[in-house]
Amino acid sequence: MKQRYNWFDALNAVLLTGVVIACLYPFVYMLAVSVSGAGPIAEGKVWLFPKEFNLDMYRYVFQDGRIVSGYKNTLIYVTLGTATCLLVTSLGAYSLSKRNMILNKTFLLMVVFTMFFNGGMIPTYLVVRELGLVNTIGAMILPGAVATWNLLIMVTFFRGIPQELEESGKLDGLSEMGILFRIVLPLSKPVLATIGLYYAVGIWNGFLGPLLYLRDHELYPLQLHLRNIVLAGELTSSEGPIGGEITIVENALKYAAIMVSTLPILLVYPFIQKYFVKGAMIGSVKG
Amino acid sequence: MSTYRAVPGKPQTRGTPARKAKTARYPWLRNLKRDKYLLLLFLPCLLYYLIFKYGPIFGIVIAFKNYSLFQGIWASEWVGLKYFKLFIESPDFFPVLRNTFLLGFYKLVFGFPAPILLALLINEVRNAFLKRFVQTVSYLPHFISNVIVAGIIVMFLSPTGGLVNHVLEAIGLNKITFMVEPDWFRTIYVSSDIWQHIGWGTIIYLAALSAVDPQLYEASRIDGANRWKQTLHITLPGIAPAIVIILILDIGKILEIGFEKVFLLATPVTYGKADIISTYVYRVGLTNANYSYATAIDLFTGIISFLFILSANWFSRRVSDNSLW
Repeated sequence: MKQRYNWFDALNAVLLTGVVIACLYPFVYMLAVSVSGAGPIAEGKVWLFPKEFNLDMYRYVFQDGRIVSGYKNTLIYVTLGTATCLLVTSLGAYSLSKRNMILNKTFLLMVVFTMFFNGGMIPTYLVVRELGLVNTIGAMILPGAVATWNLLIMVTFFRGIPQELEESGKLDGLSEMGILFRIVLPLSKPVLATIGLYYAVGIWNGFLGPLLYLRDHELYPLQLHLRNIVLAGELTSSEGPIGGEITIVENALKYAAIMVSTLPILLVYPFIQKYFVKGAMIGSVKG
Repeated sequence: MSTYRAVPGKPQTRGTPARKAKTARYPWLRNLKRDKYLLLLFLPCLLYYLIFKYGPIFGIVIAFKNYSLFQGIWASEWVGLKYFKLFIESPDFFPVLRNTFLLGFYKLVFGFPAPILLALLINEVRNAFLKRFVQTVSYLPHFISNVIVAGIIVMFLSPTGGLVNHVLEAIGLNKITFMVEPDWFRTIYVSSDIWQHIGWGTIIYLAALSAVDPQLYEASRIDGANRWKQTLHITLPGIAPAIVIILILDIGKILEIGFEKVFLLATPVTYGKADIISTYVYRVGLTNANYSYATAIDLFTGIISFLFILSANWFSRRVSDNSLW
């Protein structure tokens, strides 16, 4: 059938182009400003393409020890955290997916209840404190080791694996562990990738956790340093009068700091976004 | 249905007669033995929930005690509802509750329909590549951290060198000092929230849209329905269950506004409209170490939230077939 385009298609195209621009332009603009010279920025000439291209701001950002140490910490927390979360969540989800396991209903109810009611910020902080985790790497990994939503996505996925596969494994003499590690987990690579990415992005972007549990600047992840640099304006070069030229340069420096910490996500995002979406779909089936 | 262990009696044949007799008397003991590996696999998860989820829930008792770090939870004296009274009678009570409720309400009113509209628009795109492209791009802001989003907002709205004020000046308007004017706070918060989550929110609706039977569209076309009529009578009813479920969940979250972005965007100048329960709890509880008082406030709002979701669910079950449970 021949498709006819009417006024609605035109309007729709305009609206959706607007959405695309709204989502992309801030990053394009920040990138352009961060690599432009101070003159054109001050005159407001940088809109889309960099003017007087230079990488000075990036040099400053990397000279500032905070970004480098924050990067290192964030990478450590993301790696260890994602591994821990994935292990605990997938093992737990496997058990929960077995409907006739003893106490299965009780455990599932116990897990779901925490989605609707929790202890709140202060009691959680006190628990972490009692455990002696404040100001340790442990505080970045353990309090978020299982996200209930992710756990339920995995349970749904595991329940979708045909029972015949597991039973054939059992007939061939595989133990319970053997079935999990040789049949179920290899079949679950997509969901493992999805949930792993959720956890990794969560830890990478996390702000409240480190704000509550870390005191020592040496342990600060990227986000805390970023907040101090971008929002609290604690720049190494901020001595002297505020306003005019200095503010302009400061802005470019802040944009560079933002780009440095967002670039990894922006660069890998197009390749991994299908995994994110897959997770959201499995989650939505559960409703 | 699960057919896991279709023959539960079989594996026990290895046991000695004495053990068999014992397990026969206590069936749960037999199940415990049967499931010992599954239970072992669940153990880390169980410990996590007991310590980090139910530990704090138990810790809520400090809302009813005069908790001090030195005495610990048990030794601290009971004070009953003292801290709840203190909160309700404090001058902060009404503004903080109003700010939280209004911010949540505006977020619901504007943030809830936005993804539905976008999903409907995306659904009308007939070129598959363009459709994918718009989707992919619109999900992107969801993965940017709140710190960076707040940073972008503050810098774009800055009166010195901010993009938005550049534009305002260029079209001959006055500069606005957005971040220090309390009246702008809710607008900034809600619109940036829509920017962050509109794309991601469409996923569930697009999934529901793809499940609508294409035959319905064909039949309606033969009956002479145009695209607007199709949207009204086929598409919207098709995704109604998803809409209702998301609405219930969102109503339950009205008071649970994310701490991070408000904390990052609010300044003492804008507290009059920006200070919400979670930032208040953080300031009172952790900055001033008033643990019991802060916990009481948290519990108070937790209960209200719980009531919200219960009544939303109840209402939805009465008027439609959709509910969470």
